[in-house]
Amino acid sequence: MARIIAGVGSSHVPAIGAALDNGKTEEPYWKRVFSGFEKSQEWMRETKPDVAIVVYNDHASAFSVEMIPTFALGCAAEFPPADEGWGPRPVPVAKGHPALAAHIAQSCILDEFDLTICNKMEIDHGMTVPMNLLFGKVEKDGHWPCPVIPLAVNVVMYPPPTGHRCYMLGRAIKKAVESFPDDLRVVIFGTGGLSHQISGPRAGLINSKWDKNFLDNLTKDPQKLVKIPHLDYMREAGAEGVEMVMWLIMRGALDDKVDEIYRFYTVPASNTAVGHIILENRAKGLAKRKPAAGHKRAAARAKVDKIRG
Amino acid sequence: MAREQHDYDDIPGTFVFDAERSRQGFGINMFCMSLMKDENRKAFKANEAEYLKKFKLTPEQTDAVLKRDYNRMLELGGNIYFTAKLGATDGHSFQHLAATMTGSSQQDYADMMLKGGRNVEGNRSRTGKNTPSKFLSDAQPAKKSAAAKSKLKVKIKAKAKPVAKSKPKSKSTKRK
Repeated sequence: MARIIAGVGSSHVPAIGAALDNGKTEEPYWKRVFSGFEKSQEWMRETKPDVAIVVYNDHASAFSVEMIPTFALGCAAEFPPADEGWGPRPVPVAKGHPALAAHIAQSCILDEFDLTICNKMEIDHGMTVPMNLLFGKVEKDGHWPCPVIPLAVNVVMYPPPTGHRCYMLGRAIKKAVESFPDDLRVVIFGTGGLSHQISGPRAGLINSKWDKNFLDNLTKDPQKLVKIPHLDYMREAGAEGVEMVMWLIMRGALDDKVDEIYRFYTVPASNTAVGHIILENRAKGLAKRKPAAGHKRAAARAKVDKIRG
Repeated sequence: MAREQHDYDDIPGTFVFDAERSRQGFGINMFCMSLMKDENRKAFKANEAEYLKKFKLTPEQTDAVLKRDYNRMLELGGNIYFTAKLGATDGHSFQHLAATMTGSSQQDYADMMLKGGRNVEGNRSRTGKNTPSKFLSDAQPAKKSAAAKSKLKVKIKAKAKPVAKSKPKSKSTKRK
């Protein structure tokens, strides 16, 4: 059966993609951001997931204001990068996993989550920036290391789905994945945030205390986070900071107890606090590609120590 | 009809893009969306008022667009991810737009961000609801220390005024 082995939280600031595309990663301002993801890329290379589910939001790129689905699941065979006004980002077309995506759609809808199905869909920086941060730079004519399933969430128009709803959708996705017959190892991304406001006279708001607390509780007490009303996100973490609810879909898809493998936080990237976390489920041997028999826990521990060290 | 009041209207310096504004600002946002195409950017720049006629804007909305009054556009239903396309069409970076909306110079705004961004203390509420969220109370400073710090703050007034204060803080914290 398929299993979700780990969750990744990552900001998806567009300027990070622009810095990567324009060769600015070595500039001190951007090196500070990119260096925080070097160990994560190492972790991703070792983990080698078979599929990545990426929870993100579109920013007036592929979706407009004509239709605003709350949850839209990408079931297509491939997802081209969207033209965000100046040509698509120079990244490969992402391959989908239509069989698993269709299975998730069917399972979640019968579980009372009324997903919108997208059989044709383009993906913008909300998805491709976290993919770059975790998979590294991939040339346009290259290949992303694994197929992806985009899950676009409306966080642009108020109200987005509640944190509790997001967490419960994560639960439903976990159940869906675990009922898929093929033996797949799946990583789920929650993207966006952390604190930022980019609109109006209060633009520039950052709340590092809020962010740190959010990350702490994401690991150890997500039930505390699911109760936070939108008003509190918007007051404390900025009008656009409310997109942090998307991280709760990722967290809901993991086990109750997880190991925090890595964390990174820096301010700012453009107008935003950059947050990043990697959480692994504890079930034996899941994270490791092919663990040596009898050394599964030891191997997992050793990896944690290595990455933290 | 007057706009329905919401709890989030209490957040200062913020126009929440809700379902009502989404309906009201449909024309502004569709106009901005059209600027994704180069031929439309050129047509708009060639004759702005004429181009805008295609989008059924109200006179107030048209005025806000022509004057590049970004806060007014948000108030009248524009959404920042859409209006940013207008800024880009004018050749401005996003940070230029953000600085404009806050009434700061681009340099002051950029400096504020480098120093850790705009502090939330004193910027939570128009009506004095400045107590930190109870949901994350264990990470918030005691009320007293927050108050002690607040003498450093510049509050946002009802209308945009330059705000360029922030508390320097460590730019990067990496967990061991």
